[in-house]
Amino acid sequence: MEDFQVIDNCLMVRMPEEVDHHKASYISEGADRLLVGENVENVVFDFEDTRFMDSSGIGIIMGRYRKISCFGGHVYAIHADRQIQRIFRMSGLCKVVEILPG
Amino acid sequence: MIAEQEKERLTEVAVRNRNEMEIVFDAISCNESFARVAVASFVTHLNPTLEELSDIKTAVSEAVTNAIIHGYENLAGYGRHGENIPSYQVVHPGKVRLHCILEDDMLFVEVVDQGKGIEDINRAMEPLYTTKPELERSGMGFAFMEAFMDDLEVKSVPGKGTCVHMWKKMRCGDWIGKED
Repeated sequence: MEDFQVIDNCLMVRMPEEVDHHKASYISEGADRLLVGENVENVVFDFEDTRFMDSSGIGIIMGRYRKISCFGGHVYAIHADRQIQRIFRMSGLCKVVEILPG
Repeated sequence: MIAEQEKERLTEVAVRNRNEMEIVFDAISCNESFARVAVASFVTHLNPTLEELSDIKTAVSEAVTNAIIHGYENLAGYGRHGENIPSYQVVHPGKVRLHCILEDDMLFVEVVDQGKGIEDINRAMEPLYTTKPELERSGMGFAFMEAFMDDLEVKSVPGKGTCVHMWKKMRCGDWIGKED
């Protein structure tokens, strides 16, 4: 599966195994390319493979949220494990990101 | 005489159950994962819980990332495999020193850089405050270190460098409530 995919009006971003500053620009740039080029309304971050995330992940999601929220888009997270959900809660990100089960 | 002193020291080490390690690496982003995995491996023999391990890894990752992108201003992406460094991107040479001491169940982590230092530490430690908003960083680095470790101490001299000290008591995960 591709890391970035547009399905209907949804951009699916498959997060890497480790989400840190080193990987951040790759994810942001890849997502933004499709955000600008395609007709994207919502963004879904898939954490299925992710075993580690630090505050860089917050920055990535906030940045994408800023880009689509002014057009009424939403940001979703799927397959987020307990540690990732904890980071969402601690940073207050759960106010802008909807965590979907499974 | 010296041999005796050495023997005494070694006994003391064994009694106090002390273990120490130190690594020095280049301030480039691909070393962030190396640093946190190194610390995680260093504490493996204590059988930490997964939670404890990810707490430590996150805190170390935040400290090392700060040293690289703020201390030495080596910004996004440098060090990615199979990729050339864009010509506009200046790479500042520098080393990050990671020093860990394990004394019984107490882990001490020290991350030192000789970068540009922090002008106002209190300001820097505020959640959401960042000096590099253009990088899409969240400004949560120090807040995460504080939350995931037991104690945090930051010393910095502008122009000289920064030193981050963190402490965490290990093996107390199980009986503390699972939900925070």
